Amino acid sequence: MSEAIALRAPAIRREPGKFWIVPPAALLALLFFYPLALIARQAFLDDSGVANPAEIISVLHSRFFLNALINTVTISVSATAGCLIVGLVLALILAFVPFPGSGFIARLIDTFIALPTFLVTLAFTFLYGSAGMLNAGLMETFSLPLPPVDFLYSTWGVVLAEVTVYTPFILRPLLAAFSLVDRGQIEAASVLGARPFRIVRQVILPAAIPALIAGGSLCLLLTVNEFGIVLFIGAKGVITLPLLIYGKAIQESAYQVACIIAVVNIALSLGLFGLYRFAAGRLGV
Amino acid sequence: MLVWSRPGRIVLWVLFALIFGVLFLAPLAVILLSSLADQWNGVLPNGLTTEHYTDVIGGAAWNSVKASLTTGFLASALALVSGTWAALSLRLQGPSLKRLLGLLFFIPSAVPSVSVGLGLLVAFSHPPLLLNGTIAIVMIAHFVLISAFTFGNVSAGLARLSPDFEQVASSLGARPAYRLWHVTLPLLAPYLVAAFGLSFALSMGELGATVMVYPPGWVTLPVSIFSLTDRGDIFAGAALTMILVAATLVLLLGLERITKRATGA
Repeated sequence: MSEAIALRAPAIRREPGKFWIVPPAALLALLFFYPLALIARQAFLDDSGVANPAEIISVLHSRFFLNALINTVTISVSATAGCLIVGLVLALILAFVPFPGSGFIARLIDTFIALPTFLVTLAFTFLYGSAGMLNAGLMETFSLPLPPVDFLYSTWGVVLAEVTVYTPFILRPLLAAFSLVDRGQIEAASVLGARPFRIVRQVILPAAIPALIAGGSLCLLLTVNEFGIVLFIGAKGVITLPLLIYGKAIQESAYQVACIIAVVNIALSLGLFGLYRFAAGRLGV
Repeated sequence: MLVWSRPGRIVLWVLFALIFGVLFLAPLAVILLSSLADQWNGVLPNGLTTEHYTDVIGGAAWNSVKASLTTGFLASALALVSGTWAALSLRLQGPSLKRLLGLLFFIPSAVPSVSVGLGLLVAFSHPPLLLNGTIAIVMIAHFVLISAFTFGNVSAGLARLSPDFEQVASSLGARPAYRLWHVTLPLLAPYLVAAFGLSFALSMGELGATVMVYPPGWVTLPVSIFSLTDRGDIFAGAALTMILVAATLVLLLGLERITKRATGA
């Protein structure tokens, strides 16, 4: 029987089905890669089809572009670091110090992946905004004249919102990795007198590293591309690359400038995507 | 069990409750509370009212619920067909082409959604394909952004499928079309439902590309929520956000139930 199957398998591959890939590939090419190519064309050539290095250089040297680039990198690196720490702490407790209902809580955090990102920002305005619950409480308790908490409309407000939104992307692979850790090994180590901190460092963390690397690079990618959170915070000083593209194209109708910035943003994203695929493929996550 | 002492465990659980409460529970609770708040000047709202919901449902915002549901449904259906088609036909390719095309189908998920919107504006703002200002361009933007996730989910499902069933069917003389319709697709069904659910949820929350391309008269929920809060009407924005969250969750739970019934679990 198994021999028959082995002989049949190549026969399936030789069926004249190779061209079935054409319709979905053509759809993708027309609706995604063709517009992408036009962005690149508009970035490098002006309306008459001549290369315009001066325009590109002036955009890349402009203060608004450099600020947006620095903001984007700062926010995404800090938010990813935050997600890694929070995700690791939550996953360790959920997996190794479980409590009644921890499975349900893990699933609840999972559903956050399906919710829109700006929801968190909107909630944060009610919680930490200048007229929010925290400030109102502090002002009432200590009879302060001005709201004391003022981080929301800064880079740190965006970072905190992104940590909330993207931690589930770290938690999920971590919990999967932790479910494979041999419990006997942990119990043996602890019977031999190893303290929890040492067990985490020497037994659990090595098993978690692939999940941390893959989840971390996915977080970097998603935070570099994040738009809703930054738009909803609406702080003048916190402009990231996606927000700058939106501003230039829709509010100023400066399509060429928008396309130049988009090329940089897409290149950055594709680089991080490559890193994620490499990490995920290499580490088998 | 990593921590044996009871006080140690309690400290960790309190830490967990604190992080979970601040990051996940508080935002949801506060959106719900603010959607029902009458006035909110202190720590807690002065009174509760359903006025924001009646305002939202009676007003133009209701149109955005319809716009979002229609867009989500059509874009997800198209993404499901094209993603399943791509994943199935990719199996018939040689190994190197398979790798390359598999990667290309994934790339839309890595490109910032604002850039996808910008690309569609640049590409389809003039004849022969003048789509700028139509509803179709919103659908296309959503389709492009979710297609990679559908493709990924269906491919993952296909990879987990045991090839035996198809090979047995084929050795019994089933033609490819019959095999696809009566063997492969039914086996894939749970993954297809899951892929559709995820696509729909992603489409309901999509903002970056939509805000670039939407025509007047086809304002999706996230865009509508943004313009409400941008105008300072944050209570109505919160009410509309709750409607968005509820619609998404009901849909996901419903699809999960369908999958469970289909797989007999």
